Amino acid sequence: MNGPIIRFEGVGKAFGRTVAVDDVTLEVGEGEFFCLLGPSGCGKTTLLRMLAGFETPTSGRILIDDADVSLTPPNKRPVNMVFQSYAIFPHMSVAENVAFGLRIDRVSAPERRRRVEEALALVKLEGLGGRRPDQLSGGQRQRVALARALVKRPRVLLLDEPLSALDAKLREAMRAELAQLQASVGITFLMVTHDQEEALAMASRCAVMDEGRLEQVAPPADIYERPASRFVADFIGQVNLFEGVVVETQGGRIRVQSADLPAPVDVSSEAEVHTDQTVWIALRPEVIELWPRDGDDEASAPRAAPPRAAPAVVRRATYLGMASVVEVELPSGRLIRAQHPNRGRRDTDFRPDEPIWLTWEPGAPCLLLR
Amino acid sequence: MRAPPGPLDYLRRWPLRAWLAATAVFLYAPLITLMAFSFNDSKRNIVWRGFTLKYYALTFADADLIQAFVNSLTIALVSTVVSLVLGAMTALLLWRFRFPGKPALEGALGLPIVVPEICMGVAMLVFFTEVLPWPTEAPWPLNLGSIIISHISFSFSFVAVVVRGRLASFDRSLEEAARDLGAGEWRIFREVLVPHMQPGLIAGALLAFTLSLDDFVITFFTSGPDTTTFPIKVYSMVRFSVTPEVNAASTLLIVITVALTALALWLQGPGVTQTPQAGEGLLP
Repeated sequence: MNGPIIRFEGVGKAFGRTVAVDDVTLEVGEGEFFCLLGPSGCGKTTLLRMLAGFETPTSGRILIDDADVSLTPPNKRPVNMVFQSYAIFPHMSVAENVAFGLRIDRVSAPERRRRVEEALALVKLEGLGGRRPDQLSGGQRQRVALARALVKRPRVLLLDEPLSALDAKLREAMRAELAQLQASVGITFLMVTHDQEEALAMASRCAVMDEGRLEQVAPPADIYERPASRFVADFIGQVNLFEGVVVETQGGRIRVQSADLPAPVDVSSEAEVHTDQTVWIALRPEVIELWPRDGDDEASAPRAAPPRAAPAVVRRATYLGMASVVEVELPSGRLIRAQHPNRGRRDTDFRPDEPIWLTWEPGAPCLLLR
Repeated sequence: MRAPPGPLDYLRRWPLRAWLAATAVFLYAPLITLMAFSFNDSKRNIVWRGFTLKYYALTFADADLIQAFVNSLTIALVSTVVSLVLGAMTALLLWRFRFPGKPALEGALGLPIVVPEICMGVAMLVFFTEVLPWPTEAPWPLNLGSIIISHISFSFSFVAVVVRGRLASFDRSLEEAARDLGAGEWRIFREVLVPHMQPGLIAGALLAFTLSLDDFVITFFTSGPDTTTFPIKVYSMVRFSVTPEVNAASTLLIVITVALTALALWLQGPGVTQTPQAGEGLLP
């Protein structure tokens, strides 16, 4: 991370009695593709709108390039926004839409024409400057919104759910293109999304929000592999959570006993815990491997034995093409999900009530303190 | 087996065609008759006696009629401009702000539309004799003031209602986008809000203009001997007999209103008549 370009310092926002954003402190560096991620109503959009200037924080400060902009009106801030609805001016042509901001900045006509053309080329809309907005497809409208914001060369480009109005195929294509665009213009992007896949695919860093607070700020891989809380683990992808107590701590290894698992599980973690503390173990469906089991014979356990394995019974298998999601029941009655990759025809063959072994690699379980 | 008819196929069936024809006849036959008989060479104007233009010549020679005509156009023009500004501002106020008494104002806005015209007329008469006696002997066009004021008082609420309806479909994110791109309040108003309001403004202006031009009841109570408008003049002429002169004058009025409407629609341009709503046409 280079020097911070945006700083939120203890920012809060309340609408009447509802607290939308609660004491958020966050720094975003120059050139980052930063993503605010969370379920609807978590305060991510309010945070973005406070940065744009459409909402004023009720507490704390917002700084852009070390200048306090908390009370600066939107038209005086060095940021520009791509709206969820794109908000293209319907009575102006594509070129007029893109030129709007430059016209207000009193950029001379020839310079304006040059920059509009440059911006349209950047978003691959060359030659469409004369079109009316109602002659454009959804994807093209989004490109116009991007060009209109980028042409002003903002310090930060704000994107409010930019891909949510596109259909699935186009969305996937635009993900790569947006990331590439960000890399080529070098402008800091701050994007709001509720789509975790989108955030993981595009962002250089993510902030996961819940109920107005930051749950975790980290690069996508860390958020997925090392979630900070049960909320994050559950929100990003799918997860099996086991509640347990710490039975032993030993230099970077913590042993946790869960009522649902036959043996204590070892987790490598530097977390500060004490014995008898309640903690949670997260196991992603794709780290659980499934092996045939012959009755209760522990010797039939392949490669791994308890504590890195557990006997279970298949309850339901859903074939998804590239993998099968298998719901299995532990002896305690707890249902958990495992994802089994399809490498051949026999991999798809799970029968209900079939006894099975669950195993996982030593590094797979993840410790959660809250 | 025949395919079920599509929406436009129903017009191929004779009952619907007959219905359409009957509608057209009852709507337009009286107007066409009026126009045709303005060329009738007959003083009594009951049977067709041959083509002539002499009643147009008579119309133009009738100084009183021309004066009434000019009065009507002046009143319509001034009251349209004023009610357009007032109505648009009222609509903006009601759309944009919350303030005490807003429901009352919204209700009061509908009053001129629902109150019987005769009551408005009497009210205006009382107002201009008791509260604000208007100098009807003032030089033209100041003597038309009382009529203009009463026309504004009913037509501005039509403008407000139409513009308000148009504003309801405004996407507030357009305003935010303009502000985000650096525009101040005035810029947003002029370059984003007014273009959106434009169809409503034009429709409201047309409404105000035609309402004022053909108003009889309210004008009847507020006009004096020297401030006759066209409808009132025609009414007094008809009391003696329906001469082709009346037809000729009415035909001129019809031609003028149709021309003005066409002009307004042309000014509106092809791009504005079909404004897409937000979210429409998102798929490629």
